[in-house]
Amino acid sequence: MITKSKNSRLLMFVVGALAVISSVRLWTGQDALTSSSTIGTALRLTVPILLAGMAGLWAERCGVLNIGIEGMMIFGTWFGAWGAWQSGPWVGLVLAILGGMLGGLIHAVATVRFNIDQVISGVVINLLAFFGVRYLSDLVYVGKPGGGISQSPPQKWALPRFNLPILSGGEVAGWKSPDVLGRLETNRWFIIGDFGGITRGLTSDLSWATVIAIAVVPLSAWLLWRTRFGLRLRSSGESPVAAESLGIKVNHLRYYGLLISGGLAGLAGGTLSIVASSYYRQGQTAGRGFIGLATMIFGNWRPSGVLTGAMLFGYAEGIKLVASDSITALFLFIAAVSVMFFVLAVLRRKRTQIFVALGVFVLSAVAYRTIDTVPESLTQSLPYVVTIVVLATANQRLRPPAMAGVPFRPGEPH
Amino acid sequence: MSTKPASQRNFDALQKSLVTFGSSLSAIAFALVICGLLLLVTGKDPFAAYGKILETGLSGDKLLEMLKRATPLIFSATAVAIGFKMNLFNIGVEGQYLFAALIAAEMGTRVSLPRPLHILFILIVAMIAGAAWASIAALLKIHRGINEVISTIMLNYIALSVIQWMFETFFRDDSDGGLNVKTTEIAPSGRMPDLVDDRLNGMLIVALLIVILYWFVIFRSRFGFQLRASGLNPIAARTAGIPANRMVLIAMILSGAIAGLVAMPAVIGDVYAYGPSAIATQFGFAGIAVALLGRNHPVGIVGAALLFGFLDSTSAELQLSGIPSSIVKVIQAIIVLVVVIVNEASSRRFNRRTAERAALALKSLDTQ
Repeated sequence: MITKSKNSRLLMFVVGALAVISSVRLWTGQDALTSSSTIGTALRLTVPILLAGMAGLWAERCGVLNIGIEGMMIFGTWFGAWGAWQSGPWVGLVLAILGGMLGGLIHAVATVRFNIDQVISGVVINLLAFFGVRYLSDLVYVGKPGGGISQSPPQKWALPRFNLPILSGGEVAGWKSPDVLGRLETNRWFIIGDFGGITRGLTSDLSWATVIAIAVVPLSAWLLWRTRFGLRLRSSGESPVAAESLGIKVNHLRYYGLLISGGLAGLAGGTLSIVASSYYRQGQTAGRGFIGLATMIFGNWRPSGVLTGAMLFGYAEGIKLVASDSITALFLFIAAVSVMFFVLAVLRRKRTQIFVALGVFVLSAVAYRTIDTVPESLTQSLPYVVTIVVLATANQRLRPPAMAGVPFRPGEPH
Repeated sequence: MSTKPASQRNFDALQKSLVTFGSSLSAIAFALVICGLLLLVTGKDPFAAYGKILETGLSGDKLLEMLKRATPLIFSATAVAIGFKMNLFNIGVEGQYLFAALIAAEMGTRVSLPRPLHILFILIVAMIAGAAWASIAALLKIHRGINEVISTIMLNYIALSVIQWMFETFFRDDSDGGLNVKTTEIAPSGRMPDLVDDRLNGMLIVALLIVILYWFVIFRSRFGFQLRASGLNPIAARTAGIPANRMVLIAMILSGAIAGLVAMPAVIGDVYAYGPSAIATQFGFAGIAVALLGRNHPVGIVGAALLFGFLDSTSAELQLSGIPSSIVKVIQAIIVLVVVIVNEASSRRFNRRTAERAALALKSLDTQ
């Protein structure tokens, strides 16, 4: 019963959001808001953030803060690009994961074996990765055609991409199936056109790496919340003392957690240097490791929340790339959503919520009327600002693992 | 039993600091062995590399460069160390000093003052700007309970955005056709005099003054005692009537103020302006490493900054002789990691020994 009502609420929420964004699109004439190209770009940008966020989630669930995601991603970009350049994209992805795991292993040895401060270890790993791969580039890439100290030679092969058959016109055994969603999208009807655009963006021109990345979310949720291993791993993040008293080897689990975390961060880096582009470049991660950390907090340390946050940040980045002039339309979207929240708050008689919704409405409406272009430099900081706002306003509702960040020494009195 | 004569106490303190120094040195040696292995694996001769570092680094020319490169590190490490002294992790030095650099460089062009005052004005503006940016994290911690590690990381990136936006929209000097990606240059009256012409500017003196001030305020003043007490045992400190929130705010403001000076050797001693590519980044993170290596002690910080400066100064020569210069940064990172691990292990051993001794003493009391 409960799940059914939950599902219907989710459905209502999705339809409602679609209706609002569709009205905004028709009102402003910004078709790019829900076009399949925007959504496709957003999806590609979502993947590394999502994986970085899941890397943070795995680390904190086993009880260790991971500030070093950025560094582990850098290892992933470098080793991934090297493998892809040497022997193809699949080898590259595997090497990217292994490179990230190397970072995870350093973090585990430093924090679990030697018990040093987890933030310090993360910061040092970031430094080590940044300069370590620069050293390697100097040895390996300098002098190769197209390569240099800050860039690898371009890769010859790319990962295969595909469209989903029937829905988005993919080919099945040589038969060109109809592009149903594409037809819906070109109509641009209210709601239906947007639905077509969004779903087509999600199902066409897909890379296998994207599919793997998305699969990480349900897989992690299942492993962490439905298996014995996951329960033990989470217990070593929530209450290592209690876990130890039940005979659980907390430090072993933290090693596993950090290796998985590092592997996911490495894969995130690999998707940047193999899928999103075809070479390694210095600074390619561009702070995405920290956006991942932000996403993890935004997502309340839960896989579904991380997915939501990653999609939000990915969409914001995508629309900026595809159609930067339609960003202002998002102010209208925020205004419309705040009206809905206002109505809900009035019905529920929540005074502070009424004021917050009203304030947001006024701000976004004024912003929509007055601002023509949002400076690119400011939109970059959206994930970070959102994270601080979420932390500042919803701190009571956030539930991080209780003992994440606290060093634990097995076998000693507590 | 517990009252030892003063000479004995002094001897104990000396012994302890000697042990600290010795363990740091052996950690550095161990880190060099690890890096040597890395060099060996990647096909370079470690002895040749270390020989080159020593040979070039010890020439008079490079010793000046060592001092120059150590100057910003001293500032940023001191800023980080103030936070560490009360268990605050200020990862935001990076954003604080870049923000301060832009504001100070711009404000420096807006006033005309005689020389010493002009320089002082710019330095004070930089400190205020750095402190203002750092205080955001302090206020978020005090009022909303947000961990300063997370907020300062986020504020680093927000600072980068804000700086870029302010620079592009307001402060960029397009007078020479937009080629010059800097702010307007600061008038000669606002420029720091050189100690050695074009090699080393007077900010080194300021850095040493700041370190002495840091030592006095943190280790010799009542405020410093309260700060260290809050860091060592927050509950005991609160019980003793030390206002926790105010300590967080003051510590962050002091830390940010010193962070504001990090880019000043470049802004008023070298470039005389702010420019996105003219002002070096990453000093904030290097400062964390230096503070850790120097164990937050003034002498340690200066020593560690000099060591880092020494290694950095050799990088160009290393590159010329066929060894990738990034290896010095890798060496630095590994040194810090090993030193922190050794420190942790030795302090654990020290604590265990103290506990054992106390237990023995209790036992002997029982038998009497």
